[in-house]
Amino acid sequence: MTEQVESLIRKDYSAGFHTNIESDTLKPGLDEDVVRFISAKKEEPEWMLEWRLKAFRAWQEMEEPTWAHVHYPTINFQALSYYSAPKSMADKPKSLAEVDPELLDMYAKLGIPLHEQEALAGVAVDAVIDSVSVVTTYRAKLEEAGVIFCPISEAIKRFPELVKKYLGTVVPQKDNFYAALNSAVFSDGSFVYIPKGTRCPMELSTYFRINEMNTGQFERTLIVADEGSYVSYLEGCTAPMRDENQLHAAVVELVALDDAQIKYSTVQNWYPGDKEGKGGIYNFVTKRGICHRNARISWTQVETGSAITWKYPSCILKGDNSVGEFYSVALTNNFQQADTGTKMIHIGKNTRSTIVAKGISAGRSQSAYRGLVRINAGAEGARNYTQCDSLLIGDRCGAHTFPYIESKNSSAQIEHEATTSKVSDDQLFLCQQRGLDAEKAVSMIVNGFCREVFKELPMEFAVEAGKLLEVSLEGSVG
Amino acid sequence: MLEIHNLNARVEGADILRNLSLSIKPGEVHAIMGPNGAGKSTLGNVLSGRPGYEVTSGEVLFNGKNLLELEIEERAREGLFLAFQYPVEIPGVTNMEFLKASVDARRKHLGMSDLSSFDFMKLARETSKKVSLDPAFLKRGVNEGFSGGEKKRNEIMQMMLLEPNLCILDETDSGLDIDALQVVAAGVNAMRDGKRSFIVVTHYQRLLDYIVPDFVHVLAAGRIVKTGGKDLALELEARGYAWLEDEGA
Ligand SMILES: Nc1ncnc2c1ncn2[C@@H]1O[C@H](COP(=O)(O)OP(=O)(O)OP(=O)(O)O)[C@@H](O)[C@H]1O
Ligand SMILES: [Mg+2]
Repeated sequence: MTEQVESLIRKDYSAGFHTNIESDTLKPGLDEDVVRFISAKKEEPEWMLEWRLKAFRAWQEMEEPTWAHVHYPTINFQALSYYSAPKSMADKPKSLAEVDPELLDMYAKLGIPLHEQEALAGVAVDAVIDSVSVVTTYRAKLEEAGVIFCPISEAIKRFPELVKKYLGTVVPQKDNFYAALNSAVFSDGSFVYIPKGTRCPMELSTYFRINEMNTGQFERTLIVADEGSYVSYLEGCTAPMRDENQLHAAVVELVALDDAQIKYSTVQNWYPGDKEGKGGIYNFVTKRGICHRNARISWTQVETGSAITWKYPSCILKGDNSVGEFYSVALTNNFQQADTGTKMIHIGKNTRSTIVAKGISAGRSQSAYRGLVRINAGAEGARNYTQCDSLLIGDRCGAHTFPYIESKNSSAQIEHEATTSKVSDDQLFLCQQRGLDAEKAVSMIVNGFCREVFKELPMEFAVEAGKLLEVSLEGSVG
Repeated sequence: MLEIHNLNARVEGADILRNLSLSIKPGEVHAIMGPNGAGKSTLGNVLSGRPGYEVTSGEVLFNGKNLLELEIEERAREGLFLAFQYPVEIPGVTNMEFLKASVDARRKHLGMSDLSSFDFMKLARETSKKVSLDPAFLKRGVNEGFSGGEKKRNEIMQMMLLEPNLCILDETDSGLDIDALQVVAAGVNAMRDGKRSFIVVTHYQRLLDYIVPDFVHVLAAGRIVKTGGKDLALELEARGYAWLEDEGA
């Protein structure tokens, strides 16, 4: 009978086309020369090259982590290319009118409007294809408010003091294997700076797209919210369907200074591989934010793509009264594997954190929640609430929960709740007996399960996320 | 309305319904009684198309259509409603959202346009009051944390909103207190309009004091062994089922 449920969740990947854009791609392999090449290509200052080389040397000494609940063949890091850029970007376009129409077409196919006049009202978009930022919209309007939103490669040149001050302060070069790799070879990403007391006048958004074959993508995002400021940032990701696995190892650093607030939302829809488990993106991502006094960082993520997801958006609650939040939906289907969760490190007094993680597993997929709550000795009155729910669709998938709690302060309050449930044949039958078709029923049940997380997403994204789940669960009714 | 001819059905390899025949005309209320395990719930499940219930032979016409050829949801949209003996919970999906989707599906099938959210909410609130459920239940997950009696009243509320042609109530009375029993009965009676038909499965003749049936059938070992009027229920209450088996033998 579960066959019926399973036939409902066969997945069609709608973003899986490849665009023929001529690109400059570096031959596979990684050594110091490659790092120097990337830095030179970006016309970076000397300090940046040194920073990268330090990371590269550290990386060479490091071992790939194996503790996650995921299985994949060893990655040959020498078989990947570490730089690819659309050729037409060689002379970077100054405005949308100069952008290669093929590129604009590709974004249109993805439903991401780059033309400012058509763009979602109030959303500024930075589009990153392969490793290069192709266009950032609404820049003038943002600059009026003093907000900086530009490719990080540009920020390194235009705002070196800001970048130098914060880059690597939340995720150090040596933090972990993938972060070190990223630090050595990152080619682009977004940089955001919100000045003191400023509420960013619109949602900021970055769309990442991997297009080339055999290239790794390593973006680096740095967001600094100065004292008393607010920003909401959205990130979306897609890739073509390919039989080979592709590596994506990004680093995101958030800095929320005193009284600042950062809301970071992700809809991750990298290509998950086909029904037999062939191809798909390996998504090894390090995301972390630091909260100063009274600051708040909220991570909200909807993860439906990638063959493997390894990702733990975290908060360092350094300042007193700071708040960290993590709301997550991770859906795996077919042969996808996800090991995701968060870390909340309570350092300041009266720091609070909330974790709501929803895992949905279908097909033969495996999904794991891994979360750390650490209360340091000085974190008087710290509080954490964790809720971790798994929903199984069919009976060949798995869900696992690995909570780690370390408390060195007896005044801390930590609550943990976990549930596992199934989309049962009885639920499905009830819906159908009331006139709903099976597909609608499953998507309704899954959406109901995710409700608490979806309500944290900005409006535009909440709708998109709901649709994405529907597509991810779509299939013929057996 | 419903014509069942020589229906045979099996579950998990066991023959449960054996040459069952039953004819229900518009507006009629048929009560079905019978010992545990006789196949009463199986009949409701087979008619509504529940997976796992295999029809081996026989024919069922519903409003002139071959019911057994239709998908589960098509049967529902055609106006066949099953009030469950054990309603399941669907956490996170609000009752309101669930009801609106079902009512929209039924209306669409009938060529009617969707009700606006506003109109639907109004209708749903009024209906919930009719079954003495606080409208706050509309905002809760479907049956999520409802008491046994609340679940049954929720089933009746769904039935009232969907306005089916044939309602099958599977032991809707079991587990209800006296007040709730009257609420459910009043709900059913309010829906009796001379056209809508009912199959009421029950173990207790008490329900039939409130919902007065046109026919009472005894289902035993997968077939209807005796049919009578309301009085048969009283006789069953007094004598049990054993004498029927003797009679049949
Ligand atoms: N899904 C199923 N799997 C296995 N056996 C089943 C299933 N459904 C029904 N049966 C069997 O079929 C027979 C008839 O069951 P059914 O539920 O129809 O009885 P009933 O008349 O409704 O009984 P009760 O008065 O106890 O509700 C029983 O022996 C039951 O065990
Ligand atoms: Mg029964």
